[in-house]
Amino acid sequence: MSAVEKAALRNMELLRFITAGSVDDGKSTLIGRLLYDSKSILEDQLSAIEKTTRRRGMNGVDLSLLTDGLQAEREQGITIDVAYRYFATPRRKFIIADTPGHEQYTRNMVTGASTANLAVILIDARKGVLTQSRRHAYIASLVGIPHLVVAVNKMDLVGYSQDVFNSIKKEFSAFVSHLNLHDVHYIPISALHGDMVVERGENLLWYDGTPLLELLETIEIASDINTSDFRFPVQWVCRPADPAYQDYRGYMGRIESGEIQVGDSITVLPSGLTSKVKEIATYNATHELAFAPQSVALRIEDHIDISRGDMIVKSGNQPRVAREFDAMLCWLSEQPLDLRRKYFVKHAAKTVKGLVSKLDYRVDVNTLQQDSVPQLNMSEIGRARLKTQQPLMCDAYDKNRATGCFIMIDEATHNTVAAGMVIEAGQ
Amino acid sequence: MSGPATLRKQNLAVEEGRFHHLSHLEVLESESIHILREVAAECKNPALLFSGGKDSIVLLRLAEKAFRPARFPFPLLHIDTGHNFPEVIAFRDHRVKQLGERLIVGSVEDSIKAGRVVLKSESESRNVHQSITLLDTIAEYGFDACIGGARRDEEKARAKERIFSFRDEFGQWDPKNQRPELWDLYNTKVHPGEHMRVFPISNWTELDVWQYIAQEQLEIPVIYRAHRCAVIRRGSGLLPVTHLVQPRPSEKVENIMVRFRTVGDMTCTCPVESDAVTLEQIIAETAATRITERGATRMDDQTSEASMELRKKEGYF
Repeated sequence: MSAVEKAALRNMELLRFITAGSVDDGKSTLIGRLLYDSKSILEDQLSAIEKTTRRRGMNGVDLSLLTDGLQAEREQGITIDVAYRYFATPRRKFIIADTPGHEQYTRNMVTGASTANLAVILIDARKGVLTQSRRHAYIASLVGIPHLVVAVNKMDLVGYSQDVFNSIKKEFSAFVSHLNLHDVHYIPISALHGDMVVERGENLLWYDGTPLLELLETIEIASDINTSDFRFPVQWVCRPADPAYQDYRGYMGRIESGEIQVGDSITVLPSGLTSKVKEIATYNATHELAFAPQSVALRIEDHIDISRGDMIVKSGNQPRVAREFDAMLCWLSEQPLDLRRKYFVKHAAKTVKGLVSKLDYRVDVNTLQQDSVPQLNMSEIGRARLKTQQPLMCDAYDKNRATGCFIMIDEATHNTVAAGMVIEAGQ
Repeated sequence: MSGPATLRKQNLAVEEGRFHHLSHLEVLESESIHILREVAAECKNPALLFSGGKDSIVLLRLAEKAFRPARFPFPLLHIDTGHNFPEVIAFRDHRVKQLGERLIVGSVEDSIKAGRVVLKSESESRNVHQSITLLDTIAEYGFDACIGGARRDEEKARAKERIFSFRDEFGQWDPKNQRPELWDLYNTKVHPGEHMRVFPISNWTELDVWQYIAQEQLEIPVIYRAHRCAVIRRGSGLLPVTHLVQPRPSEKVENIMVRFRTVGDMTCTCPVESDAVTLEQIIAETAATRITERGATRMDDQTSEASMELRKKEGYF
């Protein structure tokens, strides 16, 4: 390796993306193809799947076997949970969350989507836009994924027809125009034969866009982070027992958005007490400036009471401090939402008790129609009003993903039962 | 997501260089520190598993970054199989002393003496038996969270595991019924007798680990670097000749340059042929390798396609 290559290895951007598709859309084959053609599959993995392919009475290498992780799904031949894959090209490092297409497992797509910068939605060229495809686009928009790639797969089975591609693109564009998606790309591919995945291939010459991998390598992600609103949930207060640090109070956490400088005026929420930043520290170093998503320790000028769950913000730029707020909920549990029950609500570094005081409507993810319902069942999405025992410091999710999201936990079973996204007050 | 005005403002901050985009190592590091602080704050009695291996070496540095200048809010824990490489045990003790932290050792040897672990033969791999000693130690000290250095890129069962991974009262993992894990909001709730396994470097790859060790100039056990070693070829791998592994009549002992990519049970951890002595050389070799970490080095993972998954369900790391 040259010095330049070494430097490049250390200073690469990280792109997290999810893949979503219906059963048999060729999702596992696509991931296998990305890994295989970018030379991220190693020899022993390849010989293992060659062996398995042969044992199943097929020829060559079944790329979908690469992502089939668990015994149960190998038996059933389907993906049943979120699996994470890692690969790198000379331009970027990638984390793929492979999410299932099965209807009852929508919760897994929400899980994978929650940390993704980008979603690849697969559509089978023969089948066109299905209910599942609409649902996946809606979830991507709900969870605020900044970039969407619609990969029209199995183009080889429709004779690489430009008309088929165009009509799918037209139908899908009409659907997503109702959604909060602003950066949508369409690519015709054949994951099985490799056309337009890593290499252009010879069969889709009418398509003048870039292949999928090149798009993933170059799409602009630097501006996905909210850089304007400083939000610092206090995770941990550092008070060393060592007498040399008798007066030391380090407020530790990760900057979720925005930036902070030594000398900046800050407000602590929910108390509203104010002070100034005295020091920004990381291990063995201090800094003049820090920004999202760095983990740091802040020390402040005044001796005021700050504990875990509080939020430090810049004076003059504050989130909502509220015990009641509206949110979109995605229900994740087999036990339906029960308006009579209390749940734990975890938001940033704070866990409080809360309840759903009102369920406004459920969204039909196929038609986007709003229905009045008494409860939310597993994988259903709806708008609700929440009340919490103590105030939360939240922003609207579409302004700030990190401080607009929360989860709900069942008090009795301790299962994670809902994913929530805060809606702007008055909307 | 954001209106055009916000976007312009954000792009300006990026252009002015106030906001540089963090490198992948900086992003991974910050994520791991965030996870460690969440465990410390939300779990009542956590412990950090430290074996002296490269992944747990990285964990210790991340713990320093998360909690210094204070001491760690948890003890270190090692499950000693009695089959560990002496160089790694020496390194473990050296590093613990250097940090001034507390180390608890659970011993598979003791579990054997107490009749909790029954071996088929004295020299068989003790890798699988660690689970019993680990679960006994967790129960003895009442730990409600064990922080480990497992990574999702290591193995396909691990690829599906949560960062905060729930274990029932039998210490078992149910891969089909995991709690969904959203954003960076970790559900740490357990009932008495249940516990969490927490994997702060889930999203790191083998290459990331070596790059971080080089960046932070961390010490590592000597056997990670190329050295001359007496080995035999057994199955598809090399095995070091020790008091536990003796050549069979048909096997020839060779003295060749090797290094270890993982350090586990001496009877089933295979070195690879290598001349890489410096960290830069190890990184170059890791970036160019054509064989996976566990494929090259762990005989027990090759028993069947589901070996790791079965061990994990029983309570393994």
